[in-house]
Amino acid sequence: MKLITVAGPPSSGKTSMLLRVIDWLKEQGLKAGVVKFDCVASKDDERYRAKGVPVLLGLAGNLCPDHYFVTNIEACARWGQSLELDILISESAGLCNRCSPFIRHALAVCVIDNLSGVNTPTKMGPLLKQADIVAITKGDIVSQAEREVFQYQVRKVNARAEILHINGLTGQGKERLGVLLAQAEDIDDLDGRKLRFSMPAAVCSYCLGETRIGHDYQMGNVKSIAIPDVPRPEVS
Amino acid sequence: MMEDIQSITILGGHSKSGEAEDVALRLVPGDLVAVVGPTGSGKSRLLADIEYIAQRDTPSGRCILINDQPPAPEIRFDMGRKLIAQLSQNMNFVMDATVAEFIAMHAECRDTNLGETGLEELINSVVTQANRLTGEPIVPDTPLTALSGGQSRSLMIADTAILSDSPIVLIDEIENAGIDRRQALDILVQNQKIVLMATHDPILALLAHSRIVLKSGGIADVLESDQDETALLEELQKADAAILAVREKLRKGERLSGSAFRYAEFLAADSI
Ligand SMILES: Nc1nc2c(ncn2[C@@H]2O[C@H](COP(=O)(O)OP(=O)(O)OP(=O)(O)O)[C@@H](O)[C@H]2O)c(=O)[nH]1
Ligand SMILES: [Zn+2]
Ligand SMILES: [Zn+2]
Repeated sequence: MKLITVAGPPSSGKTSMLLRVIDWLKEQGLKAGVVKFDCVASKDDERYRAKGVPVLLGLAGNLCPDHYFVTNIEACARWGQSLELDILISESAGLCNRCSPFIRHALAVCVIDNLSGVNTPTKMGPLLKQADIVAITKGDIVSQAEREVFQYQVRKVNARAEILHINGLTGQGKERLGVLLAQAEDIDDLDGRKLRFSMPAAVCSYCLGETRIGHDYQMGNVKSIAIPDVPRPEVS
Repeated sequence: MMEDIQSITILGGHSKSGEAEDVALRLVPGDLVAVVGPTGSGKSRLLADIEYIAQRDTPSGRCILINDQPPAPEIRFDMGRKLIAQLSQNMNFVMDATVAEFIAMHAECRDTNLGETGLEELINSVVTQANRLTGEPIVPDTPLTALSGGQSRSLMIADTAILSDSPIVLIDEIENAGIDRRQALDILVQNQKIVLMATHDPILALLAHSRIVLKSGGIADVLESDQDETALLEELQKADAAILAVREKLRKGERLSGSAFRYAEFLAADSI
């Protein structure tokens, strides 16, 4: 089975694009399933189910979504194998920009849309930088020049990835993505594999449910913002 | 690499019902081709196939050759964006930048290495060209998102003609843009591009050197324009000019009389 990690900002078009490419994979005789990771709520599972795609939904709730992902992906992979899927796709939204759910040797796809602003690519961390494929969606609502400028910004951050332009509504461009997914490396077992990028350090009192603000309530792994000395007001 | 596009060739696939398309159409720089057919006949699909440089791997089964050959994968999937520029039906910009900033950014990503004065000249020439197409002049420090539909469209066309080095331009319905369509095509074709446009507009369709006729998803015919059609085009253009002239007079609050065609001639004389 192949494991593909797909991640991108909320509403960037991940599900729309994946539904199209899964259709294409099905035409090629490949069976794909999806595990959707989100924070609080998602109806994506219904969209996949409506198209007959086997799907799991994982909601991180009050946990860091990235930590939740990494502690669950192995079990999800076993689920995929038990269904004899050819391809298991994990779709993650609601990640912090510090993170990426990408795993070494598992094909990593970042989905980003043309409407997200020209400066967004430079603001994104490993999610964009470490992807093997960057799928840019919603090209239909911007001009050619805007698409080019946006792609250029993406290229500046990730010089290596193959950049694809995909229309989530019509599926235009899905064939190339399908080919790349179908060619991805097979994985037998995730045990002992490595993330491409370390998860954020956590475990402070707030991780454990603290809600009060103030020095007395901060414990564990905390980091202070650098603030220049402010001259004190003169007392006359 | 991009400069040496000598031709693109469309090799037929099949229609929705599986009927084979008997087409091998080779286009060279300066060619202007209309794509006609009823709504839903597959005009956008054809443009999409060209944009994607399809290799019998899209639903239509068509194959697009560049310089008589299948393109290398890197041209197809990355550089391809620069090979082919597309003016889709969207009429507005979403980017948060002024007209001048936008042109500068586009120039930067096209590897156009200009000095400061070069950049200023470039901005001026794009804006000037755009203003030939629209009745409402564009100013360089206007935010893109504040442009009207006509202004946006004009800027997109001027930008494609001047700034983009894409030798192939695909246009999906330019008619509703409220711009000077003829000038727009002239600008694009003058710059030695291969232009394909999907259109319902008779004047645009006849302006093209040839037209691809689509029926239920397939290419049914490719027609070359002939002398009769050129004569018809002239009449239609006169009628079009007459309507424009009358509209202009009405807008100015003038009273009209006599044959509409007089106004067209009047307008033509005016602009000389
Ligand atoms: N115009 C246009 N709209 C798109 C495109 N792709 C997706 N959309 C729309 O964008 C919205 C979000 O798409 P989704 O596929 O739900 O995005 P997502 O990334 O899966 O969203 P979450 O999983 O909820 O974060 C939907 O309304 C889609 O119809 C595209 O290429 N063009
Ligand atoms: Zn989704
Ligand atoms: Zn995180």
